[in-house]
Amino acid sequence: MGEMDQIEDGRPTDTAPSALETMVVHLQHLLGDAVSSADISGGQIILRTTSPALITLLTSLRDDVVASFNQLTDLTAVDYPDRPERFEMVYQLLSMKNNMRLRILMPVDEGQTAPSVVGLFNSANWAEREVWDMFGIFFAGHPDLRRLLTDYGFEGHPLRKDFPLTGHVEVRYDDTLRRVVNEPVSLVQEFRDFDFLSPWEGMQGQIDAGSADKVGKGE
Amino acid sequence: MGVIDPYTAPPIPQGPDQDAILKAVGDEITNRGFVIAKADKLFNWARSGSLWPMTFGLACCAVEMIHSASSRYDMDRYGMLFRPSPRQSDVMIVAGTLTNKMAPALRRVYDQMPEPRWVLSMGSCANGGGYYHYSYAVVRGCDRIVPVDVYVPGCPPTAEALIYGLLQLQKKIRRTATIART
Repeated sequence: MGEMDQIEDGRPTDTAPSALETMVVHLQHLLGDAVSSADISGGQIILRTTSPALITLLTSLRDDVVASFNQLTDLTAVDYPDRPERFEMVYQLLSMKNNMRLRILMPVDEGQTAPSVVGLFNSANWAEREVWDMFGIFFAGHPDLRRLLTDYGFEGHPLRKDFPLTGHVEVRYDDTLRRVVNEPVSLVQEFRDFDFLSPWEGMQGQIDAGSADKVGKGE
Repeated sequence: MGVIDPYTAPPIPQGPDQDAILKAVGDEITNRGFVIAKADKLFNWARSGSLWPMTFGLACCAVEMIHSASSRYDMDRYGMLFRPSPRQSDVMIVAGTLTNKMAPALRRVYDQMPEPRWVLSMGSCANGGGYYHYSYAVVRGCDRIVPVDVYVPGCPPTAEALIYGLLQLQKKIRRTATIART
């Protein structure tokens, strides 16, 4: 029966704390005030923190022998225009030792700088460049904070919710200048917004009539 | 007397003008016209028979382009060999999504190709932006950057469709009546 007590995500149904819960207790002891809340969701730990505490938090998570979250698998941001602090940075950590993943959420406002974590994790280098490119969050202490993906001389930050889908400029080869030039966007065809949720929209009456016919024939 | 392109020029009405041209053409043929006409055909045969494409694979279309070159469809049957250098190639296959950042590089590669040169636009993205038509980062058709000879539709086009497009390009080259001088 002992094995039956285990449910799908490996968390036992009895009162014994799971590995994740044990880790949360350990982390709360270890990190103290650096963490404002700690939850378990979707089989991983989610910590919330603030930008002044981020570096100490990540250093402790990486260097602690028990936790050993020594891989930064991803680093990105989300734009929530309605929140008082607009952006939320997301750091994904992996502990190979514990077979455990951990997410850190940190609010950053527009115009506010986030601390760069390149000194702790080299994998953050290009990820922070991408976040700078896409959201315009500035990272203090980054060794080479240039745009990563968009065109040279690109203006704006495309993943912000207020960035227009089609952007501001488009390119064209100019025969007289003999080079590719940027110009303001002029769309030949206006953007069309299709509703793909219901492929049978406007067909409801015919579907009903068709099924009624079939029922009639069957009887 | 200027060169009259029989495919684009308007018909000349009957009368002394037409007679003068016919006489001039007749004189041309008796003197040296016959040889020039044959040279045209020879050049077009050589050009269409050894189209060396420049590999410009940008996205998933590149995989279909590779299929058309490998054993099942075997573009080498038509004398088409992929070249890794623009300076050795006759035709550029723009296979995939052309982004704003890539556009100057594409133009530079095109400029490095020797004359005569042709461009084949492969797939929806290269034809007109396709799925990414409204994107802030994608060129709405590679004909904004380079002059295109043949458009192959599809997303991605099959290897057969690409071969068909190349055969259409061969046809286009064969019906070119003049020796290009730029």
